[in-house]
Amino acid sequence: MSVSQRIASDDQLARLLQIGIVLEEVVEARAHHHYQSLDAELDEEIETLLADAAEESAEHRQRLESLIEGLGVDSVPFDEIESLVDARYGRTQPEDFDGILYDQLCNEETAYKFYDDLIEAIEESNAEFTIDRAELLDELRAIREDEAEGVSEVTEVMERR
Amino acid sequence: MNTADQYLKTIYVVQKQEDGPASTGSIADSLGVSPASANEMIGKLEERGLAEHEKYKGVRLTDDGIVRARDALQTYCIIERFLANVLAVEEFRDEARELEAVIDDTVAERLDTIIDRQPECPDCFDPETDACKCLDIAAAPVEPEQ
Repeated sequence: MSVSQRIASDDQLARLLQIGIVLEEVVEARAHHHYQSLDAELDEEIETLLADAAEESAEHRQRLESLIEGLGVDSVPFDEIESLVDARYGRTQPEDFDGILYDQLCNEETAYKFYDDLIEAIEESNAEFTIDRAELLDELRAIREDEAEGVSEVTEVMERR
Repeated sequence: MNTADQYLKTIYVVQKQEDGPASTGSIADSLGVSPASANEMIGKLEERGLAEHEKYKGVRLTDDGIVRARDALQTYCIIERFLANVLAVEEFRDEARELEAVIDDTVAERLDTIIDRQPECPDCFDPETDACKCLDIAAAPVEPEQ
């Protein structure tokens, strides 16, 4: 593989979609952990934000799983990722609401950047995939749009507080 | 990781291997590009103050170049560790090279939250095996191309 060569095969596309699934799993697991650690009476706004984020990530994960099923590749087991997040979580847990919001912002921004790069790489590639290219791009663009909205939502809450 | 960062990372590793300036030929070989392409990018890195090229000797990274090269190597290490330790990919080296152009450092940082990277990273990278020394699975030395 030479420098700058982009996505060239089904296998490579599947691997990138798997990475997308892992990123969504990380978001889901971290949002869930933050959510669990909150005293709900203290902050309903953040609680709702995190619950929505976990739900949206689970939905994105399913959509990515459907795409990689079309490529004949297995998904990544959520339990394993959750236990890895658990293992590392103690060392990275934010201490307050600002930390939780900042972590959530990083999650949303990273996911957006990942999908943006992935879409660009697919657009630049001449490779033929087993799944329909237009449908693949439509799905990824829709997910990227959700992430952009997620960034706006978290930023809005952060600015207001 | 963009093309410039891939070059910086490669020059850094070759410099360490050769214990001195990195020859254009070795850089081109490592990246699988022509010497002309390598020369062109080395010129750009020089213009940006990231590398110095001395005729007949080779390329040496500046201090700024070393900082960026180490960041890029760290990103590469994260991708390798993630593929080998989380996804149990046997051909993790080949795949890491394929994926590094598409995986941004912000994405690598998030993947870093689920891998147990060592504090010495990227000094854990072993040019002999072209892999991180702290992987769960042992990496066999890379056979030199005939």
